[in-house]
Amino acid sequence: MKKKRYFGRGAMFLLCAVFAILFLLPTVLTITNSFMSESEINANYGMIFSTTTGGYVSKTVNLKFIPDKVTFSQYVTGLIKSPEYLLKLWNSILLVVPIVIFQVAVAAVAAYSFTRWRGKIRSGIFFFYVILMLMPYQVTLVPNYLVSDWLGILNKPWAIILPGIFAPFSVFLLTKFMRRIPYSLIEAAKVDGAGEWQIFTRICLPQCRSALYSIAILVFIDYWNMVEQPLILLQDADSQPLSVFLSNINSGEIGLAFAMATVYMIPSLLLFLHGEEYLVEGIANSGSVKG
Amino acid sequence: MALQMKKRKLNLKERTIDLLKSLCFLSPSLLGVGVFFIVPFGVVVYYSLIDGVGSKNFVFLENFIKLFDNSAFLMAAKNTLSFSAVAVPLAVVLAMGLALMLECRIPLKSQFRTFFLSPMMVPVASVVLIWQVLFNFNGTINEFLMVFGADKIDWLQSDYCQIVVIILFLWKNLGYNMILFMAGLANIPKELLEVADVEGASETYKFFNIKLRYLSPTVLFVTILSLINSFKVFREVYLLTGDYPYEKLYMLQHFMNNTFRSLDYQKLSAAAVVMALVMVVLIALLFVAEDWFGKDVEG
Repeated sequence: MKKKRYFGRGAMFLLCAVFAILFLLPTVLTITNSFMSESEINANYGMIFSTTTGGYVSKTVNLKFIPDKVTFSQYVTGLIKSPEYLLKLWNSILLVVPIVIFQVAVAAVAAYSFTRWRGKIRSGIFFFYVILMLMPYQVTLVPNYLVSDWLGILNKPWAIILPGIFAPFSVFLLTKFMRRIPYSLIEAAKVDGAGEWQIFTRICLPQCRSALYSIAILVFIDYWNMVEQPLILLQDADSQPLSVFLSNINSGEIGLAFAMATVYMIPSLLLFLHGEEYLVEGIANSGSVKG
Repeated sequence: MALQMKKRKLNLKERTIDLLKSLCFLSPSLLGVGVFFIVPFGVVVYYSLIDGVGSKNFVFLENFIKLFDNSAFLMAAKNTLSFSAVAVPLAVVLAMGLALMLECRIPLKSQFRTFFLSPMMVPVASVVLIWQVLFNFNGTINEFLMVFGADKIDWLQSDYCQIVVIILFLWKNLGYNMILFMAGLANIPKELLEVADVEGASETYKFFNIKLRYLSPTVLFVTILSLINSFKVFREVYLLTGDYPYEKLYMLQHFMNNTFRSLDYQKLSAAAVVMALVMVVLIALLFVAEDWFGKDVEG
């Protein structure tokens, strides 16, 4: 019996390991391939991404993990020689940072309202937020486009930032976190004569600091990799974020694309490694649409 | 939950004050949601019912009838639905499987969790590059198949293309879903499982009669989430194959994007309204199913 158990666990471990390697593969490939020289990339992938540069091209495609010679030439090209990538990276930052900060701020205030007071009207509104959160882009993009057009912000960063700030996702998640704060804490503050704003800033916010962090990470990752919104709302190529522009790097320079993708991955990777526990907690708490 | 415990009955004046206070706190969000989502969505509904932004004649369902006659829309809707119909159940079942495996005290559990979550970080563009290397006609997968004497498959230009996109979708979303299931599993009362062990219940019995019932809210949520994410797979498809991909990969978002270019508001609005309706119906159905399945364990 016991032996069978151990065997079962070993099999599961192996299965998990295989899955894990498959999951990790694209990330690792992106990073290691970014250190290859253009000629090495050409030799390996030239069959697929035909280029005019010539040189040796392997007959078969080699999925290669370890560069023959580690070189930073792709990074030099992308970050120093051609400023457009840095410009697009800057665009990404300009779009995403305000969205993260203000979405969390607006959501914190709204979540406090949903936590502190209940009633038919308010639970109706909350339910509406949930429905709205569940709507795919295909539904919300048309309304977004119309408003941007009316407000004259179409093709300007605001067309993405403003709807982003009011996206209902963090309101929903933060409400779920805040509802766990013991009511006695609020009651005590009220007895001591604290106003609503004080209860909110002095009691609620410090209590859900980790929740705010985990939501910020989730929102950041979501918007950092956005594609749909800029494609429609920001058709001017100069103001598009790097997430969209990365795909425009032409196929002759895929080494460069790997390098820029690695650069683009760094912020989310750092956030991920630093705040994985928070991230997991944030995801885990989004787990049920009820209550 | 905890917040409205033992609330005494409030009189009308107190209730009004409470309502006003709560609306004060809610107002920034409500204002934004109103301006950016509700009002324009109302206009979208209105646009879907008139014959043109200029002439404004009320035509009732005509735009919808035209939409359902539009072959591009029908193809996009069919492809998106058939993709979701396969990808969503797979995403739910496989993620649950992964979560159950990680539950079994295997070594390196937290490392595995990290690895499974890592696809969240990878920019779409580089995912797409890797997928091209893997699934190109001369790509790695075909090379691998040839070793076994199988024929090369033109993955992205044949009916196999949906498989490629489903693998991509699973790769991207399983980690997130797995975390949701792990959280759900952690909420199952331990005593219940211990009692089942003492009584000599089999693993299958424990799974279907205890775990699955407690997991049903999670299953509901993961299904809805995967459904929404399955609409987002357009991102990868678009970057893999451009505006006009192989027929089977022409998704609803392609239709929307291409219609945006011609700015046909009537068509766009009707499509958005249809999608919103379909989503609301699907979500309602899932809620009903979950209520029916998990009713004795909640509360």
